[in-house]
Amino acid sequence: MLEISNLTHTYGSGPGAHHALGGIDLKVAEGELVCIVGPSGCGKSTLLRSIAGLLRPTGGKVVLGGTAVDRTPDDLAVVFQDYSRSLFPWMSVADNVSLPLRRKDMDKKQRRSAAMEALEQVGLEGAAAKYPWQLSGGMQQRVSIARALAYRPSLLLMDEPFGSVDAQTREDLEDLTLRVRSHHNMTILLITHDIDESVYVGDRVVVLSKAPARIVGDLRVDLPAPRDQITTREHPDFVHLRAEVGRLVRGMRSQSAPAS
Amino acid sequence: MRVLRGLGRLWLVPVVLVAWEAATRAAEDNFFPPPTAIAVRMHEMWLSGPPERLWLTDAAVENIPTSVGRLFAGWLLAGVIGIALGLMLGRSPVLSRFLDPIIEFGRAIPPPALLPFFLALFAAGAQMQIATIVFGIIWPILLNAGDGARHVDRQHLETSRVFGFSRSQRLLRVILPSAMPKIFAGLRLSLSLALILMVISELVGSTNGIGFQLLDAQRSFDLPGVWGTIVVLGVLGYVLNSAFLAAERRLLSWHRAAKQTI
Ligand SMILES: Nc1ncnc2c1ncn2[C@@H]1O[C@H](COP(=O)(O)OP(=O)(O)O)[C@@H](O)[C@H]1O
Ligand SMILES: [Mg+2]
Repeated sequence: MLEISNLTHTYGSGPGAHHALGGIDLKVAEGELVCIVGPSGCGKSTLLRSIAGLLRPTGGKVVLGGTAVDRTPDDLAVVFQDYSRSLFPWMSVADNVSLPLRRKDMDKKQRRSAAMEALEQVGLEGAAAKYPWQLSGGMQQRVSIARALAYRPSLLLMDEPFGSVDAQTREDLEDLTLRVRSHHNMTILLITHDIDESVYVGDRVVVLSKAPARIVGDLRVDLPAPRDQITTREHPDFVHLRAEVGRLVRGMRSQSAPAS
Repeated sequence: MRVLRGLGRLWLVPVVLVAWEAATRAAEDNFFPPPTAIAVRMHEMWLSGPPERLWLTDAAVENIPTSVGRLFAGWLLAGVIGIALGLMLGRSPVLSRFLDPIIEFGRAIPPPALLPFFLALFAAGAQMQIATIVFGIIWPILLNAGDGARHVDRQHLETSRVFGFSRSQRLLRVILPSAMPKIFAGLRLSLSLALILMVISELVGSTNGIGFQLLDAQRSFDLPGVWGTIVVLGVLGYVLNSAFLAAERRLLSWHRAAKQTI
């Protein structure tokens, strides 16, 4: 459903130019959960912003569901890294979740119940009338996940969504992502710099190199379902994959050839 | 506790009043009547009417609501025009480049300097006074709204793009609320400017209003009346500002709270 071919992006021009993306080719099938992992500052957000149509890449093409992306696609939602600036502080949690539904063919009551349903899925049905700033960081990020869920996109992009929450919340949110995926059969692209997380959550892990970012590894994750924070993480395949991804991220040669 | 502290600060008021009373009585200067004389005159001017009208006199009923009405008409008009123009300027760099010199020029003109022009254009009366008020107070609103609209968080704008907000949703649900704290700062400043311009415009081109009454008292050498009118203007300004602050605290509670948690 998503096809990226020879995507390049350069910020600025002349001697100060920064090559962020150095030719990315990637295909994502419908219903897949792909984790993109790479060192900090390598160009992960740049890649995500090109897919979301928030940035016009300097070269290459992004095709989503058969049409080239030149502005923000209709059927796409983003969970941004910085939750504190992604929700609107002047609106209640319920309004934050239901406002994007206005473009859908739904009346007020339907929007309201879709928002409540999404909030229930993330375990925040009690916070509907609250304001984002009355919630903890992890709860705010759950609200922005709920907003994306209620929107029912065919592609969900998540940019280091759990980067700034505590470890316990992070595990909860990882499991929430897995649950969401099995419920809605969305295609999800999750960006992270956390190697363990990429292996735990993904069906596939795509590894990017330092800038200019290129794909240096594309590994299939075949871990027994359902995944579990304790048992999955001690599974020999998990341990092996994690080491493999770690080597790729650090720029060492992989011991077994990449899957692609 | 807060009430006590509030009262604690108020003790100065009677002390100043008593000192003022003593000083003015000792000086026996016509230009500085004692506070008691001012209070008596104020009572005479505004509060010696028939009981069924809450003791308000004809002068009170005619002048005070008229002035306050002009002030609010000017303030609201300036608010609507200033916010609309400001948001447009803030979101359009091209428009802003073209109009900035004109705005800077308009802002630099002292509003009272335009009184002769507005007097010629509208003749004396409410129109001329409202025009003076609007012209004098629109700038802080316009510039603040522009500034607020220019500095909307990028992530908020990207969120509205990703979720396909319509233009009006983007304007009313994202840009306007983001600019609100700045707009309120502008509105508050222009409210106190509106009071000043209301008085000035009533001093030159009016047959009623608080400013006219002030002029009238001065012309008839009624110094306690002059002082009494000044006191009323001071009280009016204080009440308007307090009411505005209370409204702001309610409407922008999200802003204060959000700032505190970051
Ligand atoms: N608007 C911009 N202008 C110039 N350089 C940028 C801009 N945005 C990002 N960069 C640079 O591009 C590189 C990649 O950024 P980004 O995609 O945000 O990295 P990541 O998300 O992987 O941490 C970084 O070195 C960053 O400094
Ligand atoms: Mg990033």
